[in-house]
Amino acid sequence: MNNIDQYKVHKEPFYQAQSDEVALYEAAYAARLPVMVKGPTGCGKSRFIEYMAWKLNKPLITVACNEDMTASDLVGRYLLDANGTRWLDGPLTTAARIGAICYLDEIVEARQDTTVVIHPLTDHRRTLPLDKKGELIEAHPDFQLVISYNPGYQSLMKDLKQSTKQRFVGFDFDYPAASVEAEILSKETGIETELSAKLVKIGHAARNLKGHGLDEGISTRLLVYAATLIKSGVEAKAACRMALVRPITDDADIRDTLDHAIEATFA
Amino acid sequence: MNTETVEIPEDLQPYWMQLNCGFARVGLVFPDCMREALATLSKDGVEAYIENARFLGKMGRGAEPILIFLEEWPAVAKVLGEEVLPAVMDFVRKMTRSPNSKAITPFLQSLPTAARRLQSPQQFNDYLSIVQDFMERTTGSVHGIHQTFPSPGLPEFFKQVPVLLSQLSLGGLKNWVEYGVRYYHDHPERQIEYFSLQSADARAVMQRERQGTLLVDAERKLGMYLRGLWQDEDHLVPYSEVFDELRKPMPYFDSLGIRLPDAYDDEHGISGVDRYRAALAHMAAHRRWTKPVVADNISPFQRMAVEFFEDTRVEYLAMKEYPGLRKLFKALHPTPIEDACDPDKQSAVRHRLAMVSRAMLDPTCSYRNPDVCEIVARFRKMMAEGDSSTTEMVDLAISFIARTRRQADLSPDVYFDNTEIGYRDDNRHMWVFIEEGDEEDVFDKPEAPPQEEIKGLPPRHYPEWDYNSQSYRPDWVSVYEGLHPSGNAADIERLLTKHAALAKRLKKMLDLLKPQDKVRIRYQEEGSELDLDVAIRSLIDYKSGAQPDPRINMSHRNDGRNIAVMLLLDLSESLNEKVQGSGQTILELSQEAVSLLGWAVDKLGDPFAIAGFHSNTRHDVRYLHIKGYSEPWGDEVKGRLAAMEAGYSTRMGAAMRHAGHYLEKQQADKKLMLILTDGEPADIDSKDGRLLIEDARQAVKELDREGIYAYCINLDPKADEYVADIFGKQYTIVDKVEQLPVKLPELFISLTK
Repeated sequence: MNNIDQYKVHKEPFYQAQSDEVALYEAAYAARLPVMVKGPTGCGKSRFIEYMAWKLNKPLITVACNEDMTASDLVGRYLLDANGTRWLDGPLTTAARIGAICYLDEIVEARQDTTVVIHPLTDHRRTLPLDKKGELIEAHPDFQLVISYNPGYQSLMKDLKQSTKQRFVGFDFDYPAASVEAEILSKETGIETELSAKLVKIGHAARNLKGHGLDEGISTRLLVYAATLIKSGVEAKAACRMALVRPITDDADIRDTLDHAIEATFA
Repeated sequence: MNTETVEIPEDLQPYWMQLNCGFARVGLVFPDCMREALATLSKDGVEAYIENARFLGKMGRGAEPILIFLEEWPAVAKVLGEEVLPAVMDFVRKMTRSPNSKAITPFLQSLPTAARRLQSPQQFNDYLSIVQDFMERTTGSVHGIHQTFPSPGLPEFFKQVPVLLSQLSLGGLKNWVEYGVRYYHDHPERQIEYFSLQSADARAVMQRERQGTLLVDAERKLGMYLRGLWQDEDHLVPYSEVFDELRKPMPYFDSLGIRLPDAYDDEHGISGVDRYRAALAHMAAHRRWTKPVVADNISPFQRMAVEFFEDTRVEYLAMKEYPGLRKLFKALHPTPIEDACDPDKQSAVRHRLAMVSRAMLDPTCSYRNPDVCEIVARFRKMMAEGDSSTTEMVDLAISFIARTRRQADLSPDVYFDNTEIGYRDDNRHMWVFIEEGDEEDVFDKPEAPPQEEIKGLPPRHYPEWDYNSQSYRPDWVSVYEGLHPSGNAADIERLLTKHAALAKRLKKMLDLLKPQDKVRIRYQEEGSELDLDVAIRSLIDYKSGAQPDPRINMSHRNDGRNIAVMLLLDLSESLNEKVQGSGQTILELSQEAVSLLGWAVDKLGDPFAIAGFHSNTRHDVRYLHIKGYSEPWGDEVKGRLAAMEAGYSTRMGAAMRHAGHYLEKQQADKKLMLILTDGEPADIDSKDGRLLIEDARQAVKELDREGIYAYCINLDPKADEYVADIFGKQYTIVDKVEQLPVKLPELFISLTK
């Protein structure tokens, strides 16, 4: 079916392995074990999954979870049309039917009662009951479920239930080591290594402030943005202020400190 | 005294005659003063100079005023111009007519510094008007018309003018004077303490009015700087540069924290906060790269050199890390002029070392001194090879000192200009001394005497709002916090049984309030899910040609309660009054009411705290814990409630601020502070009744900013006069106090519904 093709990742995404996560993921996929990836925002979780889907040559269906999402947004729902009602598969159902990797991004954003629908798919049953339609879907042999979340802004309210957590094998992601991160910036955008090292240094200054007025440090993604701007000819300090400082804080003191870090780094 | 005894040169005789002064001391200095005056003043100016000096001499206040005037005026006139003289003399005349003539001498004495600081005649006139206002307001009068008592603070003030003007702008000075005049108006001793800068208040207010960047204002930023860029953290402790005249304190750090000056002015185009950053960067670099060395075998000169070299090394490394620091350091590091001092006559060690330090930091610097060039080259080579180390710097420094030693180095005439590097610390962390006992084997430490256990918590200080000046009085109120003494819990149980019927009624209301969490809302046009039953019904309607109901979706709503409550009880003396028509005191009724409320809130499960307060002047506000948020509603709490006692006065604002800081830390969507009181805020040390009311109003505003909803339950039938001023619309007056046990829980329930 041509339908499957649209979910395929056709071009190799750039991914810099930090350790043995690629091999581990391949092992998990071979056993079709559900996977969870954790880590701060913009550290490469989604990129990793995309890369793995490409490497395994499997379709990838990504769902960005949010608070308003209900179980029927995942599973599917009846719609009305001229002749009556018509069933429409949700992304999870589609993935289970075609044998795709279903990636639920930021799963904690969804309400806990919503996430329960994935349970029968994530244990030995590998089925998805569509109770409203009265159908029981056997998952395709290639189907795999992946979830991601960011333990950083985990509040009391936003956490996964133990019964959900204990259905997955986990990967812990973090911002790469300074040298690796600099290399990523250079490879992704083509800037000089020296410049990317400086950007990484500013990133580290902000990450040190995490928990002291910053909820989250400057992510690799933002560093890539800054590098892209610089590459396209924007003056380095201005690019850093715009890409690294303004988005992450409204706090005047922090902004001032980070601006100073930029001044101090780019003499 | 005879005028003939002093010899006045011929050409000055006419002036001397005109001055007509009999003091011998004046005669001794007159020729010199006169020559200076003739050189600087215009012809009219000289005329006025003599005329006014004559007046000061005839005033009957001794020789001091005329002497000071003769000596100082020419210099003052040079800065400000001669036209300010009439204003000055006017003021002096005013002082002679008032009981303040003692202050004339200090005033004249303060003129030159004031002139130097203020520069323009306009500013100087403003200064005079501040002083005049000050004098008029603090000079005591007995029957309102005649001023009879001298201003106690005025002479002291003039003595402090140099310090004050060096730290404060004119606006700041005005506020500082204003503060002193207002608060110490009727208290001569305190006034003297304030204006002689001895009281803590005087220093605190001066601190607040200082120009430049204050450490307290920049503290958070600097903390972040240290953490973000240097992965370091420590307390930043301010010290004041104002009060140590002889020895200027320097930044330093030890186990107790990093010491920095309390304020930095902008300098060399570097803003105050960047100067702090430079100092912090220097110290953070020391903390990262300096390893202490043993000092005992190194001479003082060598030590000084080692410090210079090590300072430079860590700065070099810091600049390698953050190249932008170079700009700061370069701007703040003095540039000694190469030939400024003669190494054969003066001790030039500091000068040489400062040159080395400058040259090491700043590659563009071109000194010709061969020793300097050679050592800088060696330094650069070492740094190019790696981080080097403190011990290598010791070797380098010692060899430098040995090579450049001069006879005059030991001379007491030390060349200091341009050698002091203000942002560097005093390097006390760099040296360890082998002390007596360090090398012995026995380490019997004398047993420390058992320390006395601390009772209660240390006081917390809160500001108080002064509506007169629309500003806070810093750290004005001391709040002492403690556990309320315990009584018999059974008493409270008995009260609860007494109100069993009421409790039953309350329980019904409470059940309705209980959180039900997820509630399904049906019949929605837009919703999260299709409501199949309704949808199919609509579809059937549609197919059969009737108007279908479009509301076929449903959604969910969270119906949780998330309220944190603080109940603040006024425990002032007036609670002991009996309520008319019942045998109980207000205190007993409040006790019943609070018990019922406590029981009700406990049933609801909202986080809940109870505290009482009373005050005995601003120095002693008691804040008594009855129930904390994490404490269960059990016997211990009931025991404390049973022991409730009333006494002293009601300083409401401070208690609210203190209660607010606990409530603020609660994690809840809504925060409610209930204040149960029976009268207006008042205290025995506050004469102005409005003051504490306005302060309480300000406290309500502060709480509001923190997201805390303050609500007052007032038992004073006359409360209408003030309660709305404090709480706006957030209050209830309970006229019939005996109904309080019924009203309070009901009120709470309706507030939180």
